[in-house]
Amino acid sequence: MNGEIIAFCCEHSAYAAADAAGKQGLHSPEKLRVIRVPCAGRVDIIHMLKALEEGAAAVLVLGCEDGLCQHLTGNVRAKERVKYSGMLLTEVGIDGGRVGMFNLAANAPHKFIKIVNEVNERIKERER
Amino acid sequence: MIVAERKPMEEILQMIAPYKKVLLAGCATCVAICWTGGEKEVGILASQLRLARGKEGSKIDTVEATVERQCEKEMVEELRDKVKGVEAVLSLACGAGIQTLAEVFEDKPVFPAVNTTFLGSPEGEGVWLENCGACGDCFLDRTGGICPMVRCAKGILNGPCGGTRKGGKCEIDPDKDCGWVLIYRRLEKQGRLDLMRKYYPPKNFRAVKRPGKMKAIKA
Repeated sequence: MNGEIIAFCCEHSAYAAADAAGKQGLHSPEKLRVIRVPCAGRVDIIHMLKALEEGAAAVLVLGCEDGLCQHLTGNVRAKERVKYSGMLLTEVGIDGGRVGMFNLAANAPHKFIKIVNEVNERIKERER
Repeated sequence: MIVAERKPMEEILQMIAPYKKVLLAGCATCVAICWTGGEKEVGILASQLRLARGKEGSKIDTVEATVERQCEKEMVEELRDKVKGVEAVLSLACGAGIQTLAEVFEDKPVFPAVNTTFLGSPEGEGVWLENCGACGDCFLDRTGGICPMVRCAKGILNGPCGGTRKGGKCEIDPDKDCGWVLIYRRLEKQGRLDLMRKYYPPKNFRAVKRPGKMKAIKA
């Protein structure tokens, strides 16, 4: 995962958006790796920490918009876990901003691309 | 149940600074329930330590294991092979578990990753409240099942101190309920308020000698 942006994408929203972005030929960062999950709530703290241990530059969790989670509270739980993971990273002197949670709908490929490109820019800034 | 809290990270990192291979030992009972030292927390702490040490440039190799109850020697024995291969052990169990581990593996440094804080039960999701002081002289029969030793800031045994605040809050700590107000209300529900008219002599604090020891006779 050397320098990759790991994006855990809920299959009901973000993954569909990412797929649509691909089909439309929208440009995403070269080092983006999309991982499909049944719900953002499937992503646990250890997944985020281990991804960073393996060399990921950033870990994103992308799920459904507020109030629209197919599994009711998956996106809410994911948000709390991402926040907690950020705190755990800060505790050991690592930038907690390297994990982030985003909400989007399945029909928002441009939003998906905007999110991942902005994250990529922040990583480049940090590396300079 | 026993409630514990993870120690500050700086303290943990300092303890294991000289070691390159450490076993993180969890317990699947009390500390797992209060989200401090179960299998999940072992995994998270191990990852944090690897990240922290990797950042410092002094990598650490971690081994993870969680036993059902770390205060039982037979269960701790299961870790023998894993303990053999490490330089030190970081235990996420309560004080009883840490000490059992240290006793079984006397030749290995065993460090506490948690502070054992109190005996209590869940008040709500993610919130545990102390409700027992392990005094060895239980008189919950007289107080409707509420312990004034712990629930009353002054630990008094014969009714409220007279300083109870409005709303039934404690004179010392306004965020705390007055233990004796709670006791009164409980006894009132049970129709046993006559118990509050009785005088109880001072507590026998010699009931439990430290370290406490009990021999149970199996039926």
